[in-house]
Amino acid sequence: MKNIDSKNHVTGKSVYVDDIPVQTGTLYGAVFGSPKAHGKIINIDFSEAESLEGVEGIFSYKDIQGRNQIGGIIEDEPLFAENEVHFIGQPVAFVVAKNEIAARKAIKRIKIDIEEFEVITDPRVAQEKGQLLTPPRTFKMGNVDDEWAKCDYIFEGKVESGGQEHLYIETQGSYAYPTDNGSIKIHSSTQGATLVQKIAARILDLPMHRIEVDVTRIGGGFGGKEDQATPYACMAALASYILQKPVKISLHRLDDMQMTGKRHPYSSDFKIGLSKDYKILAYQASLYQNGGAANDLSPAIIGRTLFHSTNAYFIPNTEVTAYSCKTNLPPNTAFRGFGAPQGMFVIESAIAKAASELNISKRTIQERNFIQENDTFQYGQIAENVNIGHCYQTAKKTYHIDKIEKDIEEFNSKNTNYKKGMAIMPICFGISFTKTPMNQARALVHIYQDGSVGISTGAVEMGQGVNTKLIQVAASVFSINTNRIKIESTNTTRVANTSPTAASSGADLNGNALRIACNSLLERLVKTAAKILSCDVSEVRIENETLVHKNKKTDILWEQLVKTAFLDRISLTENGHYATPIIHFDKTKEKGHPFAYHVYGTAIITVTLDCIRGIYEFDDVKIVHDFGNSMNTIIDNGQVEGGLVQGIGWMTMEELAFAEDGRLLSNSLSTYKVPDIYSVPKNIDITALKTKGPELALLRSKAIGEPPLMYGIGAYFALAKSISAFNSNYKLDFDAPLTPEKVLMRLYGK
Amino acid sequence: MITFILNNKLIQTESHPGTTLLDFIRYDENLTGTKIGCREGDCGACTVLEGTLDNNKVIYKSIASCLTPLGNAQGKHIVSIEGINMKELSPVQNAMVNNAGTQCGFCTPGFIMSFTAHSLSTEPSDNELTIAAISGNICRCTGYKSIEKAAEDISELLKIKDISDPIKWLVENKHIPNYFLEIKNRLEKLEGLNVEKSENDKIIAGGTDLMVQIPEEIAESDIHLFYNQKDLKGIKKDKDSIIIGSASNASEIMNSEVMQEYFPEIKSHFKLISSEPIRNMGTIAGNFVNASPIGDLSIFFLALNVNIILKESKNTRQILLKDFFINYKKIDLNKGEYIESVIIPMPYQKLLFNFEKVSKRTHLDIASVNSAIFLKMKDNIIENCSVSAGGVSAIPKYLSKTSEFLIGKTITNEVVIKANKILQEEISPISDVRGSAEYKRLLLRQLFFAHFIKLYPESISLKELLS
Repeated sequence: MKNIDSKNHVTGKSVYVDDIPVQTGTLYGAVFGSPKAHGKIINIDFSEAESLEGVEGIFSYKDIQGRNQIGGIIEDEPLFAENEVHFIGQPVAFVVAKNEIAARKAIKRIKIDIEEFEVITDPRVAQEKGQLLTPPRTFKMGNVDDEWAKCDYIFEGKVESGGQEHLYIETQGSYAYPTDNGSIKIHSSTQGATLVQKIAARILDLPMHRIEVDVTRIGGGFGGKEDQATPYACMAALASYILQKPVKISLHRLDDMQMTGKRHPYSSDFKIGLSKDYKILAYQASLYQNGGAANDLSPAIIGRTLFHSTNAYFIPNTEVTAYSCKTNLPPNTAFRGFGAPQGMFVIESAIAKAASELNISKRTIQERNFIQENDTFQYGQIAENVNIGHCYQTAKKTYHIDKIEKDIEEFNSKNTNYKKGMAIMPICFGISFTKTPMNQARALVHIYQDGSVGISTGAVEMGQGVNTKLIQVAASVFSINTNRIKIESTNTTRVANTSPTAASSGADLNGNALRIACNSLLERLVKTAAKILSCDVSEVRIENETLVHKNKKTDILWEQLVKTAFLDRISLTENGHYATPIIHFDKTKEKGHPFAYHVYGTAIITVTLDCIRGIYEFDDVKIVHDFGNSMNTIIDNGQVEGGLVQGIGWMTMEELAFAEDGRLLSNSLSTYKVPDIYSVPKNIDITALKTKGPELALLRSKAIGEPPLMYGIGAYFALAKSISAFNSNYKLDFDAPLTPEKVLMRLYGK
Repeated sequence: MITFILNNKLIQTESHPGTTLLDFIRYDENLTGTKIGCREGDCGACTVLEGTLDNNKVIYKSIASCLTPLGNAQGKHIVSIEGINMKELSPVQNAMVNNAGTQCGFCTPGFIMSFTAHSLSTEPSDNELTIAAISGNICRCTGYKSIEKAAEDISELLKIKDISDPIKWLVENKHIPNYFLEIKNRLEKLEGLNVEKSENDKIIAGGTDLMVQIPEEIAESDIHLFYNQKDLKGIKKDKDSIIIGSASNASEIMNSEVMQEYFPEIKSHFKLISSEPIRNMGTIAGNFVNASPIGDLSIFFLALNVNIILKESKNTRQILLKDFFINYKKIDLNKGEYIESVIIPMPYQKLLFNFEKVSKRTHLDIASVNSAIFLKMKDNIIENCSVSAGGVSAIPKYLSKTSEFLIGKTITNEVVIKANKILQEEISPISDVRGSAEYKRLLLRQLFFAHFIKLYPESISLKELLS
C-alpha cells in the first residue's frame, strides 16, 4: 500500500502549518536571538523596534505569567534569556507585527548590550573545565583492566564526528489562537504534541486542558522537531494569549539553522584489544558529547550512545564512559539514530584502526565478532533472535563480497587517477524508548453509523508513513476497505499524554494501541452479528466487508452490521491503550532489558574516488536488512533509502562550521550541503532478510525509522580505503565528515 | 502595474515589483502548494513555471519563485502546482505516486513543477535530461532513488512527445490542463505592456544574487528591471567574435547553437553551475557585476579574455573583463553604467578549452575553487593562452603570469609543473567556509593539472606531474 498522502502531496494540497488559512487579524512573529554566544545581558532597548509601524508587541521573559522554563528532562533552559545568554541565537524576545516584514525589521532595531564571557565550543575543553550537563555515565561488562594483559594486540585512537543539521524542508513553525473559555489552540509542526501542550501550559500558567495542540503532518522532522518545535509554539501561544489574537511564526531558514540544535558532535578516545585470531577481547572508550548550552534531550541521547557503543559485536570486556559537555552552541538534540550513530562510528573506527595496523581486511575482524544468540549486551539484556550473522552471511552470498573485493583490487591496480574502496557496515539497533515510561500509546477509534472509520492516535505523520501503517492495521482487524478509514490529525484533546513520535517507535506503539481498540470493537460487532444470525460468536467473522457464517458468505455487509449495532445501542467508539511489555532498565546499575527487540542489517558500500580532484561517487550500496515481516515494503524500503542517504551525508558532506565566537558559519543551504540527486549512490539494492519477525513489533514488522541511517557510516570507511589505495603514506584517521577538502588533503598528505 | 497570467487567471497588481513572486503566490493569491524552503534558490520547494512568448511560441522553464522579483513576471505565464492540477493526476504526478517518490511531501510540488518544465521543453526527453530538470530540488526524506525511478517513467512516457508542439501534445495526453492551449493568445495581448520603467540605477536582472543578499532592500527600492529587456538578450556570431547580450542567462548560453559549436563541452561544464532553475534566471552580466571571487561565469569567460561593453545613456565603452574586476566586490562600473554585451574574440576555428570546478557537493553548490583555461596551439607550440581561477583571490582571477609563461611553450609535464609554480605565486587564497587556504592552493594545482590531463591525455599524466 502506497503512502496515503501521496496524491495530496503531488498536487500540493497537503496542508502544513504555514498553509492553514489565517484568521482575520492574524499577527506574525519573529524571534530576536542573542548576537553573542555567552555573556551577561546589561541592557536591552526595545524602544526603536516598538515604535516601528505595524509592531503590535514585543515579549520577553518579563511577560511570562508561568515559569520561563522549557527544559524537558532537566529544567535548565529558559524560553527567553533572562540575565545571561549561552548561545548565539538564543531567544531573547519575540516580536509580533501585522506582517512578517515588519516583525523582521523590528528585530533588527532591538539593541542589546552584553558583557561577554568566555565562549566554549569544544566538548573536551568543557569537560576539562568541569562544564558537564549531567554526571558522566559508564557502561561496563567484564573487566577491561585485567583483560589488556591477555590481548595480543592493543590499539588506541581518537575519533571525531561532526554534528548534522536536520534540514527538514519545512522550517519550525506554529500558529496559535485564542479559543473559547480562555483557552489556546496551537497548530505546531512538532513530533511531540503533548510536549508542546505541557510546556505551553507551564509558560502560560494554565492547566493542560486549556491548551489544545493539533498536528496534521509535518514537513520532515528527523528528531529536530521532537523537543525543538516547542519554543516556537510557546512563543506564538504566549503572544496570542496576552494579545488575544491569532499569532503565527514560521522561522526563516537562516534563523532556523542558527537557533536550533542539531545532531551532537562527539569527540572520542578508544582502546581496543584483540587476540591473535582477531577476537575483540576488550574495548574501552571515552566519549565527549557536545551538548550545547542546555540539556534538551542530551541525557537520553548519551544513553543511546552507550547502549550502541559496541554496535553489532559481542565484546566480553567493555568500559565505555560518556560525558555530556556543556558548550556555547544551541542545545543539540535528537536526530535519527539518537546518539547511536556516534557511538557506532567509534567502535567501527577502532576496528578499522586495528585492521589497518594488522594489515588485514576490516571485515576479517567484523565477521569474527558478531553478537550471537544468548550473548549478553553490555547493558545486561540477553541477545535473542539475533540476526546479524544471518544478514552478513546473506549479504556475502547474495552480493558476492569476495568478488567485489577482487574487482576493486584489479581496478585499483589498473588505474592511477581513480581508486575504489569498499566497506561493510553491520548494524544492531534496539527498539523502544530507553526511558521505559515513554513506551505507551493510545488510540481512539470511531466507527460512524455509515460504516466509515475515524482514527486518532498520538503518532505524527512526517513522511515516514505511520498513518498508512495505521490504516493497514485497522483495515486488517476489521477486514474492510482502506478507503473507509481516515486518520485524523494528532490532537491532544482526542488522544492525551502522548509520547513524541520518535525512537522509530511510532508505528509499534500507536499501531498496537490501535490494534487493541479495533479488536474490542470487532468483538462487539461480532456479538451483534451472532445476534443477527442467532448463532454463537465463534461461528461468525467479517471477511472483505462481508459477514461470514460458518465459512459461508452471508448477504450482510459491513455497513449493515454497523448500523444494526448502533441501533442496538452498542458503543462504536473505543480507546486502545498499549504499553510495551517486558522492558525495564535500572539506571543506577546501567543494566536491564531496555529494548523490545533489535533491528539488524548489513550494508556493502563501494565508492570511486577521483584522485585528481578529490571528489567521489558512491557506486553501490547493497543491503541485507532485517525488516521482520514487513507490513509495507514500499514504505519500509523508502525509509532504508532515505536513512542511508542521510547517513552518507553525515559522514561525507554535511559539515557544520562554527567560528570561535560560536557563530554558525554554515548557516544556509548555500554553505551547508545535504545530498542532492547527483550525490546519492548510483545503485541501492535492498534484500529483506527472511524472518517471521518478533511478536513485539507491530504485525511482526520491525521498526524502520532510524536503523538504516547507520549504514551510511560505511561510507567513511569505503572512502578511507580508496584514499589508501592512492596514497600509501595515508595514515588512517577518523574525522567525519570526510569532505572533498579532507579527502584531497589526505590524498596528497605526506 | 504588473500584468501577467497566473495559472488560468489574469493578474493585474500594484504590488511592489521587488517583492518575491513566491510571497505573491502564497499570500496574495493564497496558492499554498508552492512551498518556502530556503528563500535562496537552494532547495527548489518554491519552483514554478515561467512561460515566455518567444517567436510565436510559449516557451516554459522552471524558476525559483523565491528569487524572482514580481516585476520579472510581467507579460509571462506563471504556473504554480495548482495550475497543472486536473481532475485526474497527470502522468508526472502519477509517476511520483507510483514510485513512492514522496514522503513528507513538502518538497514534492517543487519536484512536480521541475518535471513538468521538462515535459514542456522542446528538447526530446531522455533520462539524463529528466534528472537534470530536478537538479535544483532537494528532498531530505527519500534518498532520491524512488524519484529517479519516477524520472525514468516520465522520460519513457515523453519519448513519443511531439517536440514541434509540446503544449498541444501534453494537453492531448492529459499532462497539463486544456487552458494551456489559450495561453499564447492571451500572452500576445499583454505584449507591449511594461512595468513602469525606473531610472534608478538599482538594476536587477535574474535576481539570483540580489534576492539572496538584500531582499528587504529590493522589496522597497525603486528598481530597474533588466530581466525581460529583449535588446539585451541573444547570442550571435559576428565575423570573428561571439556577442552575448548581457541579460542572457546561463541556460540560454549553454543551449545556444553558436556556443555549442565552439565549446562542444559547454553543457557538461555548465551542468556544474548551480541548478537548472537558477541557470534559467541568472544572467551573465549579473554574475560579472556581483563580482564574487568564485563566480562560475566570470571564471569561464575570463579564460576567454572577453571584452564587455559598458553603456551609460548614449555613451559606450569597451573594456576587458579581466580589467573589470578591481578589488573585492569592486568593479570598474560608473554610476548609471550597465553591461550591454559580452564579446568573445573568436578568430579561431579550433580552440582548446576546459573548465573545472570542485565544491563540497559537485552540483548545486558554490565552488571551493574553479578554473578555466583556453589554449591556441600552433605546431605544438602554445600560441595564445589564458588561465583563470576562482576562490583563490579577492576577485575572479585572471592568471596573467601563468598565462604569459605558457605562451611559446610546448606542452610537457615539466612545463605544467613549472607553470603551477608560477600560478601558486599569483594566488592568495584565504580560509573560509568553502575551504582552508592550504586546501584551495592544493586544489587549484590539481585543477590546473586536470586541464592538461584532460586536454592532453596522451602526453600529460598525473603520475608524471607528481613525480
